[in-house]
Amino acid sequence: MNQDKKQPGHPLDGLLRTDRIPHIWCPGCGIGTAFSSCLIAMKESQMDLQKTVMVSGIGCSGRGAGYANVDSYHTTHGRAIPFATGMKLANPELNVVVFSGDGDLFAIGGNHFIHAARRNVDLTVVCVNNFNYGMTGGQVAATTPYLARTTTTPAGNPEPAFNLPLLAYASGATYVARWTILHTRDLTESIQEAFLRHGFSFIEVLAPCPINYGRRNKEKALDTMRVYQEQTLIKNDAHPSELDIDFDRGIILGKFVDVERPTCSERYDDTCRPKELMEEEKAA
Amino acid sequence: MNPAVLTGEHFMTGDVACAEGALAAGCRFFGGYPITPATEIAEHISARMPELGGTFIQMEDEIAAMASVIGGSCAGVKSMTATSGPGFSLMMENIGLAVCTETPCVVVNVQRAGPSTGLPTQGAQGDMLQARWGSHGHYEIIALAPSSPQEIFYQTIRAFNLSETYRVPVLIMTDEMVGHLSERVVIPKAKAIKTVSRPRAKGRKDRFKPFEPGPNGVPPMAIAGEGYNIHVTGLTHDEMGYPAMTVEAQAKMMAQLVGKIRRNLDDIISTEGYELEDAEIVIVSYGVSARTSLAAVEEARGEGIKAGLLKLNTVWPFPEDQIRALSERVKGFITVEINLGQIHLEVERCACGKVPALLAGHPGGTIIPPDRVIEILKEGF
Ligand code: SF4
Repeated sequence: MNQDKKQPGHPLDGLLRTDRIPHIWCPGCGIGTAFSSCLIAMKESQMDLQKTVMVSGIGCSGRGAGYANVDSYHTTHGRAIPFATGMKLANPELNVVVFSGDGDLFAIGGNHFIHAARRNVDLTVVCVNNFNYGMTGGQVAATTPYLARTTTTPAGNPEPAFNLPLLAYASGATYVARWTILHTRDLTESIQEAFLRHGFSFIEVLAPCPINYGRRNKEKALDTMRVYQEQTLIKNDAHPSELDIDFDRGIILGKFVDVERPTCSERYDDTCRPKELMEEEKAA
Repeated sequence: MNPAVLTGEHFMTGDVACAEGALAAGCRFFGGYPITPATEIAEHISARMPELGGTFIQMEDEIAAMASVIGGSCAGVKSMTATSGPGFSLMMENIGLAVCTETPCVVVNVQRAGPSTGLPTQGAQGDMLQARWGSHGHYEIIALAPSSPQEIFYQTIRAFNLSETYRVPVLIMTDEMVGHLSERVVIPKAKAIKTVSRPRAKGRKDRFKPFEPGPNGVPPMAIAGEGYNIHVTGLTHDEMGYPAMTVEAQAKMMAQLVGKIRRNLDDIISTEGYELEDAEIVIVSYGVSARTSLAAVEEARGEGIKAGLLKLNTVWPFPEDQIRALSERVKGFITVEINLGQIHLEVERCACGKVPALLAGHPGGTIIPPDRVIEILKEGF
């Protein structure tokens, strides 16, 4: 047998910027797992990686773009989606992946999310939801559960949280799924499926932030994983209105929406471009 | 279908001439948001872009419009947006991103009177310092100030050329009067229009440093999808484009961002002089105010007063050396602008107390009549 004595490479070597490791994420943080799933999905989907771009906003998850060895853009807080929209519409050949966090995509960037979904811009949006602003030390977010403690809700969060899959569905997303970092196989498959289809795809990934969220809510990283195991329930095709995150009732995971609609670029070409031009392009 | 360059003689507004200038310059992505008095630029481009194979999109707000323009440019397409005061304020953070990531793009501000919602349909020149310093941190930027529909056509082409040459956002600081003014605009043949495209990455993909300056101090640019696997961030970064959180990296990046502009002032700064040779009083102006200033110069000359006009086609970087040189030989300056003293502060700074620098300003909403300039001239000198 031909024995290879070389150190076996990491399966994601080509896709990771190894010259930027160690990364900034804390021990026990869930972002790395979500990020690996995303890279594995990119690799397994056999998509042309040279034509693949990762765009992030700001925050712990927003550092994702900095570690992916594809063309990668770390933009301003909340603006990954409109940046990605410009990129995709200017060059529809690019596969554009947005990897960012809940604060970035749904508080400061919420308006952009709903409009990109409405337009069905051909983007894959992976949102790591860790229920708080980790980068700035654990403040309340638009996803923080009711009564949870954060540094800006020391007495408990008085506000309700967004149901992200419902928001995506209502805005017109054509693919919507939710997994946790414990469900890596499902998560990876889901991201891969999203990459290979056209239209606006949204995948929510629940992930622990033990340092800032867990600590204040008496939940160690492993406790969070136990919650993901014991208090979740896979229910594909569940109606998005049932998907509020409620730990007592159980959190529903799965793929909830997968429909075909013409993309933003397709509709623009059909509606706005002169027919002669489209025919010329087809002939070419 | 119409060609990209509408060669011929036209009667068009400044806003439409701006749109045509952009298309002639090769702009093929426009991310916009409606706002008076800049809306007509977006309207015109929305009709023209599809036949040229480009893309127009009306985004959900000006923040998104600016972000989409930077994304479009990073994808390799010359990109632009157009707005007015309130939208300009919203674009500021992402203008800083374009500065920091050295992304070429053009932003048009058809100025109206502020602050806040102000006088939406009436012009002003109150955003001139915002153009210079509106995004946080210290940086250099280029701003042009056309004063007629014909000028806006050419200056929009120049804005793209400068933006592509120096990989910097270029601002076109026009005003409602110019934007809504209909005048004769002559568009030359396509081959008579010089267009410039950004320096592009070449060579080995594994050794490419996306922010290493080229021979003219500007880094060649890799476009998304070319295989260079670049990283681009608004964080302070090194030549690889990687975040570098040190005082040294900050100093090096700042020297690059500021240096590439400051080393090329001769190429970037454009001014025009009227009756400057023997002028004793120099009127400094730009945009629509340069036109009323020219009338004032003619009136003053008619009365035997040796007045001249320095018209700023480029407002930022400011033509410091020219004002300094003039201050050695003239009796004084009057800056004419529709605000309460913005470019005036620069003139005053460069005159440096050698000669008086007066202001013919206005709070906004209308032009400054030549008579008012003459009055100030006579009172002051
Ligand atoms: S602060 Fe929280 S989210 Fe951020 S890296 Fe640390 S554990 Fe992860």
